[in-house]
Amino acid sequence: MIVPNFKHQQYAHCESGVSVNLLRHYGLELSEPMVFGIGAGLFFAHLPFVKVNGVPGTTFRIFPGYIFKRLCDRLGVKIHRESFRSEAAGMKALDETLAQGRPAGMLSSVYYLSYLPPAFRFHFNAHNLIVYGKEGNEYLVSDPIMETVTRLSAEDLAKARFAKGFPEPKGKMYYPVAAPKQADLRDPIIKGIKQTCWFMLTPPMPMFGYKGIKYLGKHIQQYPHKLDSRKATLYLGNIIRMQEEIGTGGAGFRFLYAAFLQEAGTLLQNDLLLEQSQAMTKIGDQWRNFAYSAARTCKDRSTNRVSYSELGDMLMEISDKEKTLFERLKKIR
Amino acid sequence: MKKDEVPQDKRIIKGEDNSIKKVIYVTREDGSYDSATSIGWEAENLVLSQAWDEVDAKIADTLQRVEAGELSPIAYFMEKNLMDINILAGYVGKWKWTVKRHLKASNFKNLSDSDLALYATVFNITPETLKQFPKI
Repeated sequence: MIVPNFKHQQYAHCESGVSVNLLRHYGLELSEPMVFGIGAGLFFAHLPFVKVNGVPGTTFRIFPGYIFKRLCDRLGVKIHRESFRSEAAGMKALDETLAQGRPAGMLSSVYYLSYLPPAFRFHFNAHNLIVYGKEGNEYLVSDPIMETVTRLSAEDLAKARFAKGFPEPKGKMYYPVAAPKQADLRDPIIKGIKQTCWFMLTPPMPMFGYKGIKYLGKHIQQYPHKLDSRKATLYLGNIIRMQEEIGTGGAGFRFLYAAFLQEAGTLLQNDLLLEQSQAMTKIGDQWRNFAYSAARTCKDRSTNRVSYSELGDMLMEISDKEKTLFERLKKIR
Repeated sequence: MKKDEVPQDKRIIKGEDNSIKKVIYVTREDGSYDSATSIGWEAENLVLSQAWDEVDAKIADTLQRVEAGELSPIAYFMEKNLMDINILAGYVGKWKWTVKRHLKASNFKNLSDSDLALYATVFNITPETLKQFPKI
Protein backbone atom coordinates (compact mmCIF):
# COMPACT_ATOMS: atom_id res chain seq x y z
CA MET A 1 0.00 0.00 0.00
CA ILE A 2 1.88 3.04 -1.27
CA VAL A 3 0.45 6.48 -1.89
CA PRO A 4 0.87 7.05 -5.64
CA ASN A 5 2.89 10.02 -6.91
CA PHE A 6 4.27 11.04 -3.54
CA LYS A 7 7.53 12.92 -3.96
CA HIS A 8 10.20 13.01 -1.27
CA GLN A 9 12.64 15.87 -1.09
CA GLN A 10 15.24 16.68 1.53
CA TYR A 11 14.99 19.95 3.42
CA ALA A 12 16.78 21.74 6.23
CA HIS A 13 14.23 21.37 8.98
CA CYS A 14 11.68 18.71 9.88
CA GLU A 15 8.38 20.59 10.35
CA SER A 16 8.88 22.99 7.44
CA GLY A 17 10.16 20.14 5.26
CA VAL A 18 7.13 17.96 6.04
CA SER A 19 4.85 20.91 5.26
CA VAL A 20 6.45 21.47 1.85
CA ASN A 21 6.26 17.78 0.90
CA LEU A 22 2.65 17.45 2.07
CA LEU A 23 1.41 20.61 0.33
CA ARG A 24 3.15 19.65 -2.89
CA HIS A 25 1.18 16.44 -2.90
CA TYR A 26 -1.99 18.55 -2.94
CA GLY A 27 -0.74 20.75 -5.75
CA LEU A 28 0.68 23.68 -3.79
CA GLU A 29 4.39 24.15 -4.44
CA LEU A 30 6.16 26.40 -1.96
CA SER A 31 9.78 26.71 -0.91
CA GLU A 32 10.88 25.78 2.60
CA PRO A 33 11.82 29.38 3.50
CA MET A 34 8.36 30.54 2.37
CA VAL A 35 6.66 27.87 4.48
CA PHE A 36 8.77 28.78 7.49
CA GLY A 37 8.04 32.48 7.12
CA ILE A 38 4.30 32.25 6.50
CA GLY A 39 4.06 29.75 9.35
CA ALA A 40 5.89 32.22 11.62
CA GLY A 41 8.41 29.64 12.77
CA LEU A 42 11.15 31.91 14.08
CA PHE A 43 11.39 32.46 17.83
CA PHE A 44 13.68 32.41 20.84
CA ALA A 45 13.20 31.24 24.39
CA HIS A 46 15.51 30.22 27.20
CA LEU A 47 13.88 28.40 30.11
CA PRO A 48 16.42 27.59 32.80
CA PHE A 49 13.78 25.91 34.95
CA VAL A 50 12.53 23.55 32.26
CA LYS A 51 15.18 20.88 32.27
CA VAL A 52 15.43 18.09 29.74
CA ASN A 53 17.94 15.45 30.80
CA GLY A 54 19.11 17.85 33.48
CA VAL A 55 19.94 20.71 31.12
CA PRO A 56 17.96 23.98 30.75
CA GLY A 57 15.78 24.31 27.66
CA THR A 58 16.58 26.71 24.84
CA THR A 59 14.61 26.95 21.63
CA PHE A 60 15.13 28.96 18.46
CA ARG A 61 11.77 28.19 16.91
CA ILE A 62 8.10 28.31 17.83
CA PHE A 63 6.50 25.28 19.46
CA PRO A 64 5.95 22.06 17.45
CA GLY A 65 2.92 21.90 15.18
CA TYR A 66 2.50 25.65 14.96
CA ILE A 67 4.15 26.17 11.59
CA PHE A 68 2.02 23.63 9.74
CA LYS A 69 -1.23 24.83 11.29
CA ARG A 70 -0.62 28.55 10.76
CA LEU A 71 0.64 27.95 7.25
CA CYS A 72 -2.46 26.00 6.26
CA ASP A 73 -4.80 28.50 7.96
CA ARG A 74 -3.24 31.34 6.02
CA LEU A 75 -3.29 29.55 2.67
CA GLY A 76 -6.84 28.25 3.04
CA VAL A 77 -5.74 24.62 3.21
CA LYS A 78 -8.15 22.37 5.13
CA ILE A 79 -6.33 20.01 7.46
CA HIS A 80 -7.07 17.07 9.69
CA ARG A 81 -5.20 16.75 13.01
CA GLU A 82 -5.68 13.97 15.52
CA SER A 83 -4.03 12.51 18.63
CA PHE A 84 -4.70 9.04 19.99
CA ARG A 85 -5.05 7.34 23.33
CA SER A 86 -3.52 4.05 22.29
CA GLU A 87 -0.88 2.77 19.90
CA ALA A 88 -3.44 0.45 18.34
CA ALA A 89 -5.85 3.31 17.58
CA GLY A 90 -3.06 5.49 16.21
CA MET A 91 -1.63 2.84 13.92
CA LYS A 92 -5.10 1.82 12.70
CA ALA A 93 -5.87 5.44 11.81
CA LEU A 94 -2.58 5.66 9.93
CA ASP A 95 -3.37 2.54 7.90
CA GLU A 96 -6.81 3.91 7.06
CA THR A 97 -5.31 7.21 5.96
CA LEU A 98 -2.81 5.44 3.71
CA ALA A 99 -5.60 3.30 2.28
CA GLN A 100 -7.35 6.54 1.27
CA GLY A 101 -4.26 7.44 -0.71
CA ARG A 102 -3.16 10.18 1.69
CA PRO A 103 0.39 10.63 2.99
CA ALA A 104 0.36 11.47 6.70
CA GLY A 105 2.54 13.87 8.66
CA MET A 106 3.23 12.95 12.25
CA LEU A 107 5.15 13.77 15.41
CA SER A 108 7.87 11.34 16.36
CA SER A 109 10.64 10.63 18.83
CA VAL A 110 14.08 10.37 17.20
CA TYR A 111 15.20 7.69 19.67
CA TYR A 112 13.41 4.89 17.79
CA LEU A 113 14.32 5.96 14.26
CA SER A 114 16.65 3.15 13.32
CA TYR A 115 17.69 4.86 10.07
CA LEU A 116 19.36 7.74 11.92
CA PRO A 117 23.06 7.61 12.89
CA PRO A 118 23.27 6.41 16.52
CA ALA A 119 24.76 9.68 17.78
CA PHE A 120 21.49 11.51 17.04
CA ARG A 121 19.22 9.13 18.87
CA PHE A 122 18.30 10.89 22.09
CA HIS A 123 14.83 11.08 23.62
CA PHE A 124 13.78 14.07 21.55
CA ASN A 125 10.08 13.93 20.79
CA ALA A 126 9.35 16.95 18.63
CA HIS A 127 10.52 15.52 15.31
CA ASN A 128 8.21 15.45 12.27
CA LEU A 129 8.10 12.99 9.40
CA ILE A 130 5.72 11.65 6.72
CA VAL A 131 4.58 8.08 6.22
CA TYR A 132 3.53 7.45 2.64
CA GLY A 133 3.18 3.69 2.43
CA LYS A 134 3.22 0.29 4.05
CA GLU A 135 4.68 -2.98 2.83
CA GLY A 136 4.29 -6.04 4.98
CA ASN A 137 5.35 -5.05 8.47
CA GLU A 138 7.30 -2.00 7.35
CA TYR A 139 6.26 1.58 6.82
CA LEU A 140 7.68 3.75 4.08
CA VAL A 141 8.99 6.97 5.58
CA SER A 142 9.73 10.34 4.04
CA ASP A 143 11.80 12.06 6.69
CA PRO A 144 12.69 15.51 5.33
CA ILE A 145 16.07 15.58 7.04
CA MET A 146 17.14 12.43 5.16
CA GLU A 147 18.45 12.43 1.59
CA THR A 148 16.27 9.54 0.48
CA VAL A 149 13.18 7.73 1.71
CA THR A 150 13.67 5.15 4.47
CA ARG A 151 11.78 2.33 6.13
CA LEU A 152 10.74 1.68 9.69
CA SER A 153 9.27 -1.45 11.27
CA ALA A 154 5.71 -1.10 12.53
CA GLU A 155 7.03 -1.74 16.05
CA ASP A 156 9.57 1.09 15.89
CA LEU A 157 7.11 3.52 14.34
CA ALA A 158 4.55 2.82 17.06
CA LYS A 159 7.20 3.39 19.74
CA ALA A 160 8.35 6.59 18.03
CA ARG A 161 4.79 7.96 17.75
CA PHE A 162 3.86 7.14 21.34
CA ALA A 163 7.15 7.86 23.10
CA LYS A 164 7.06 9.22 26.63
CA GLY A 165 8.86 12.24 28.00
CA PHE A 166 8.26 15.91 27.40
CA PRO A 167 6.55 16.65 25.08
CA GLU A 168 4.55 13.45 24.45
CA PRO A 169 3.69 13.04 20.77
CA LYS A 170 0.56 10.94 21.61
CA GLY A 171 0.53 9.62 18.06
CA LYS A 172 -0.31 13.04 16.68
CA MET A 173 -1.01 12.83 12.98
CA TYR A 174 -1.87 15.60 10.52
CA TYR A 175 -2.48 16.01 6.80
CA PRO A 176 -4.14 18.35 4.32
CA VAL A 177 -7.60 17.36 3.22
CA ALA A 178 -8.25 20.00 0.55
CA ALA A 179 -6.13 22.76 -0.90
CA PRO A 180 -6.84 25.61 -3.30
CA LYS A 181 -5.25 25.28 -6.74
CA GLN A 182 -3.37 28.51 -6.22
CA ALA A 183 -2.68 30.76 -3.32
CA ASP A 184 -1.97 34.46 -3.29
CA LEU A 185 0.99 34.79 -0.98
CA ARG A 186 0.96 38.52 -0.26
CA ASP A 187 -1.42 38.44 2.68
CA PRO A 188 -0.03 35.24 4.24
CA ILE A 189 3.49 36.65 4.00
CA ILE A 190 2.59 39.89 5.71
CA LYS A 191 0.57 38.14 8.39
CA GLY A 192 3.40 35.69 9.00
CA ILE A 193 5.95 38.48 9.33
CA LYS A 194 3.81 40.51 11.70
CA GLN A 195 3.27 37.42 13.81
CA THR A 196 6.99 36.72 14.12
CA CYS A 197 7.60 40.36 15.02
CA TRP A 198 4.96 40.00 17.70
CA PHE A 199 6.58 36.84 19.10
CA MET A 200 10.03 38.40 19.16
CA LEU A 201 9.10 41.85 20.45
CA THR A 202 6.08 41.73 22.73
CA PRO A 203 6.40 39.04 25.44
CA PRO A 204 6.73 40.93 28.73
CA MET A 205 8.63 38.10 30.39
CA PRO A 206 12.41 38.18 30.11
CA MET A 207 12.89 34.66 28.78
CA PHE A 208 11.16 35.09 25.42
CA GLY A 209 11.96 36.87 22.17
CA TYR A 210 14.85 39.33 21.90
CA LYS A 211 14.75 39.73 25.69
CA GLY A 212 15.34 36.00 26.02
CA ILE A 213 18.59 36.28 24.10
CA LYS A 214 19.86 38.91 26.54
CA TYR A 215 18.54 36.82 29.44
CA LEU A 216 20.54 33.83 28.23
CA GLY A 217 23.60 36.05 27.83
CA LYS A 218 23.34 37.12 31.46
CA HIS A 219 22.88 33.53 32.60
CA ILE A 220 25.92 32.36 30.66
CA GLN A 221 28.00 35.02 32.38
CA GLN A 222 26.98 33.48 35.70
CA TYR A 223 27.95 29.91 34.77
CA PRO A 224 31.55 30.11 36.08
CA HIS A 225 30.22 31.51 39.37
CA LYS A 226 27.36 29.05 39.83
CA LEU A 227 28.39 25.81 38.15
CA ASP A 228 31.39 23.49 38.15
CA SER A 229 33.31 23.17 34.90
CA ARG A 230 31.60 19.93 33.91
CA LYS A 231 28.10 21.38 34.26
CA ALA A 232 29.01 24.71 32.69
CA THR A 233 30.42 22.89 29.66
CA LEU A 234 27.30 20.72 29.42
CA TYR A 235 24.90 23.66 29.61
CA LEU A 236 26.85 25.66 27.04
CA GLY A 237 27.14 22.64 24.75
CA ASN A 238 23.41 22.12 24.87
CA ILE A 239 22.75 25.67 23.68
CA ILE A 240 24.94 25.05 20.64
CA ARG A 241 23.16 21.78 19.92
CA MET A 242 19.77 23.51 19.99
CA GLN A 243 21.19 26.27 17.81
CA GLU A 244 22.45 23.86 15.23
CA GLU A 245 19.26 21.80 15.42
CA ILE A 246 19.09 19.96 12.18
CA GLY A 247 19.86 22.14 9.24
CA THR A 248 20.06 25.61 10.62
CA GLY A 249 23.76 25.95 9.95
CA GLY A 250 24.48 26.91 13.52
CA ALA A 251 22.37 30.02 13.25
CA GLY A 252 19.21 28.93 15.02
CA PHE A 253 16.98 29.27 11.95
CA ARG A 254 18.13 32.81 11.22
CA PHE A 255 19.53 31.91 7.79
CA LEU A 256 16.28 30.14 6.90
CA TYR A 257 14.37 33.28 7.87
CA ALA A 258 16.73 35.52 5.90
CA ALA A 259 16.11 33.34 2.85
CA PHE A 260 12.37 33.82 3.42
CA LEU A 261 12.69 37.61 3.69
CA GLN A 262 14.65 37.68 0.45
CA GLU A 263 12.17 35.52 -1.43
CA ALA A 264 9.22 37.50 -0.04
CA GLY A 265 10.96 40.77 -0.83
CA THR A 266 11.54 39.71 -4.43
CA LEU A 267 8.00 38.44 -4.83
CA LEU A 268 6.39 41.54 -3.33
CA GLN A 269 9.01 43.90 -4.73
CA ASN A 270 9.57 45.27 -1.28
CA ASP A 271 12.89 46.91 -0.37
CA LEU A 272 12.28 46.76 3.37
CA LEU A 273 12.17 42.97 3.20
CA LEU A 274 15.28 42.78 1.04
CA GLU A 275 17.20 45.04 3.41
CA GLN A 276 16.13 43.14 6.49
CA SER A 277 17.08 39.89 4.76
CA GLN A 278 20.64 41.15 4.58
CA ALA A 279 20.52 42.28 8.18
CA MET A 280 19.21 38.87 9.22
CA THR A 281 22.03 37.13 7.36
CA LYS A 282 24.53 39.18 9.35
CA ILE A 283 22.77 38.24 12.57
CA GLY A 284 22.89 34.57 11.52
CA ASP A 285 26.64 34.92 11.09
CA GLN A 286 26.88 36.44 14.57
CA TRP A 287 25.04 33.46 16.02
CA ARG A 288 27.46 31.20 14.22
CA ASN A 289 30.40 33.06 15.65
CA PHE A 290 28.90 32.67 19.08
CA ALA A 291 28.51 28.91 18.53
CA TYR A 292 32.10 28.65 17.33
CA SER A 293 33.47 30.57 20.32
CA ALA A 294 31.27 28.66 22.74
CA ALA A 295 32.49 25.37 21.31
CA ARG A 296 36.07 26.52 21.92
CA THR A 297 35.19 27.18 25.56
CA CYS A 298 33.58 23.74 25.78
CA LYS A 299 36.67 22.14 24.27
CA ASP A 300 38.89 23.74 26.88
CA ARG A 301 36.43 22.78 29.61
CA SER A 302 37.53 25.96 31.28
CA THR A 303 35.57 28.14 33.62
CA ASN A 304 37.60 31.06 32.42
CA ARG A 305 35.40 33.94 33.45
CA VAL A 306 36.64 36.09 30.63
CA SER A 307 35.45 33.72 27.95
CA TYR A 308 32.01 33.31 29.56
CA SER A 309 31.83 37.06 29.96
CA GLU A 310 32.63 37.59 26.30
CA LEU A 311 30.13 34.95 25.23
CA GLY A 312 27.44 36.71 27.23
CA ASP A 313 28.37 40.03 25.59
CA MET A 314 28.03 38.48 22.14
CA LEU A 315 24.46 37.53 22.99
CA MET A 316 23.66 40.99 24.34
CA GLU A 317 24.71 42.41 21.01
CA ILE A 318 22.68 39.86 19.06
CA SER A 319 19.68 40.70 21.25
CA ASP A 320 19.94 44.38 20.32
CA LYS A 321 20.35 43.60 16.63
CA GLU A 322 17.30 41.31 16.59
CA LYS A 323 15.24 43.91 18.44
CA THR A 324 16.14 46.56 15.86
CA LEU A 325 15.45 44.23 12.96
CA PHE A 326 12.01 43.21 14.13
CA GLU A 327 11.05 46.78 14.99
CA ARG A 328 11.84 47.77 11.42
CA LEU A 329 10.19 44.67 9.98
CA LYS A 330 6.90 45.17 11.78
CA LYS A 331 6.30 48.28 9.70
CA ILE A 332 5.63 46.07 6.66
CA ARG A 333 2.36 46.74 4.88
CA MET B 1 27.00 31.86 5.68
CA LYS B 2 28.52 31.99 2.23
CA LYS B 3 28.35 29.02 -0.09
CA ASP B 4 32.14 28.61 -0.04
CA GLU B 5 32.16 28.57 3.78
CA VAL B 6 30.00 25.48 4.14
CA PRO B 7 31.75 23.09 6.53
CA GLN B 8 32.20 19.42 5.66
CA ASP B 9 33.52 18.13 8.97
CA LYS B 10 32.88 14.43 9.47
CA ARG B 11 31.10 13.60 12.66
CA ILE B 12 33.20 10.89 14.31
CA ILE B 13 31.70 9.98 17.66
CA LYS B 14 33.19 7.20 19.77
CA GLY B 15 35.22 6.16 16.76
CA GLU B 16 32.22 5.77 14.44
CA ASP B 17 31.19 7.95 11.54
CA ASN B 18 27.88 9.53 12.45
CA SER B 19 27.87 12.01 9.60
CA ILE B 20 24.57 12.89 8.03
CA LYS B 21 24.19 15.13 5.01
CA LYS B 22 22.09 18.12 5.96
CA VAL B 23 20.54 20.85 3.86
CA ILE B 24 21.39 24.42 4.88
CA TYR B 25 20.68 27.90 3.49
CA VAL B 26 23.66 29.87 2.22
CA THR B 27 24.36 33.00 0.21
CA ARG B 28 25.95 33.13 -3.22
CA GLU B 29 28.57 35.70 -4.23
CA ASP B 30 25.83 38.16 -5.17
CA GLY B 31 24.08 37.75 -1.82
CA SER B 32 21.16 35.71 -3.14
CA TYR B 33 20.08 32.67 -1.16
CA ASP B 34 20.61 29.09 -2.22
CA SER B 35 20.59 25.77 -0.45
CA ALA B 36 23.66 23.59 0.01
CA THR B 37 24.54 20.43 1.88
CA SER B 38 26.92 19.94 4.78
CA ILE B 39 28.03 16.70 6.40
CA GLY B 40 28.90 18.45 9.63
CA TRP B 41 30.48 21.34 11.49
CA GLU B 42 33.31 20.88 13.96
CA ALA B 43 31.65 23.10 16.58
CA GLU B 44 28.53 20.99 16.67
CA ASN B 45 30.46 17.72 16.31
CA LEU B 46 32.44 18.62 19.39
CA VAL B 47 29.49 19.39 21.65
CA LEU B 48 27.60 16.32 20.48
CA SER B 49 30.65 14.21 21.23
CA GLN B 50 30.85 15.77 24.69
CA ALA B 51 27.17 15.04 25.28
CA TRP B 52 27.88 11.36 24.57
CA ASP B 53 30.96 11.39 26.80
CA GLU B 54 28.71 12.69 29.54
CA VAL B 55 26.23 9.87 28.95
CA ASP B 56 29.05 7.31 29.19
CA ALA B 57 30.40 8.92 32.35
CA LYS B 58 26.96 8.79 33.97
CA ILE B 59 26.49 5.15 33.01
CA ALA B 60 29.91 4.23 34.44
CA ASP B 61 29.26 6.19 37.61
CA THR B 62 25.85 4.56 38.08
CA LEU B 63 27.31 1.08 37.50
CA GLN B 64 29.83 1.72 40.27
CA ARG B 65 27.09 2.76 42.65
CA VAL B 66 25.00 -0.30 41.75
CA GLU B 67 27.97 -2.57 42.43
CA ALA B 68 28.51 -0.76 45.71
CA GLY B 69 24.97 -1.66 46.71
CA GLU B 70 23.71 1.92 46.80
CA LEU B 71 21.59 2.11 43.64
CA SER B 72 19.31 -0.46 42.03
CA PRO B 73 19.66 -2.07 38.58
CA ILE B 74 16.78 0.18 37.51
CA ALA B 75 19.06 3.19 37.98
CA TYR B 76 21.63 1.60 35.69
CA PHE B 77 19.25 0.65 32.90
CA MET B 78 17.60 4.05 33.11
CA GLU B 79 20.95 5.70 32.28
CA LYS B 80 21.77 3.05 29.68
CA ASN B 81 18.53 3.87 27.87
CA LEU B 82 19.24 7.62 28.02
CA MET B 83 16.22 8.23 30.20
CA ASP B 84 15.74 10.48 33.19
CA ILE B 85 13.19 10.02 35.98
CA ASN B 86 10.53 11.96 34.05
CA ILE B 87 10.83 9.80 30.98
CA LEU B 88 11.03 6.50 32.85
CA ALA B 89 8.03 7.40 35.02
CA GLY B 90 6.10 8.11 31.81
CA TYR B 91 6.96 4.70 30.39
CA VAL B 92 6.11 2.67 33.47
CA GLY B 93 3.06 4.77 34.25
CA LYS B 94 4.07 5.58 37.81
CA TRP B 95 4.57 8.73 39.89
CA LYS B 96 8.04 10.26 39.71
CA TRP B 97 8.57 9.90 43.44
CA THR B 98 7.74 6.18 43.19
CA VAL B 99 10.31 5.69 40.47
CA LYS B 100 12.82 7.68 42.53
CA ARG B 101 12.31 5.26 45.40
CA HIS B 102 12.87 2.30 43.07
CA LEU B 103 16.30 3.67 42.14
CA LYS B 104 17.53 2.79 45.64
CA ALA B 105 18.97 -0.71 46.13
CA SER B 106 17.16 -1.09 49.47
CA ASN B 107 13.74 -0.61 47.87
CA PHE B 108 14.52 -2.70 44.80
CA LYS B 109 14.58 -5.91 46.87
CA ASN B 110 10.89 -5.42 47.72
CA LEU B 111 9.70 -4.84 44.16
CA SER B 112 6.77 -7.01 43.09
CA ASP B 113 7.13 -9.41 40.17
CA SER B 114 4.68 -7.37 38.13
CA ASP B 115 6.67 -4.17 38.69
CA LEU B 116 9.88 -5.98 37.80
CA ALA B 117 8.28 -7.20 34.59
CA LEU B 118 7.06 -3.68 33.80
CA TYR B 119 10.52 -2.14 34.13
CA ALA B 120 12.10 -5.04 32.25
CA THR B 121 9.75 -4.54 29.29
CA VAL B 122 10.55 -0.84 29.12
CA PHE B 123 14.27 -1.63 29.14
CA ASN B 124 13.88 -4.42 26.59
CA ILE B 125 15.42 -7.07 28.88
CA THR B 126 14.08 -10.06 30.84
CA PRO B 127 12.96 -9.67 34.46
CA GLU B 128 15.69 -12.16 35.41
CA THR B 129 18.40 -10.01 33.86
CA LEU B 130 17.07 -6.98 35.72
CA LYS B 131 16.81 -8.80 39.04
CA GLN B 132 20.28 -10.32 38.93
CA PHE B 133 22.17 -7.33 37.51
CA PRO B 134 25.14 -6.82 37.58
CA LYS B 135 25.54 -10.59 37.75
CA ILE B 136 24.81 -12.12 34.35
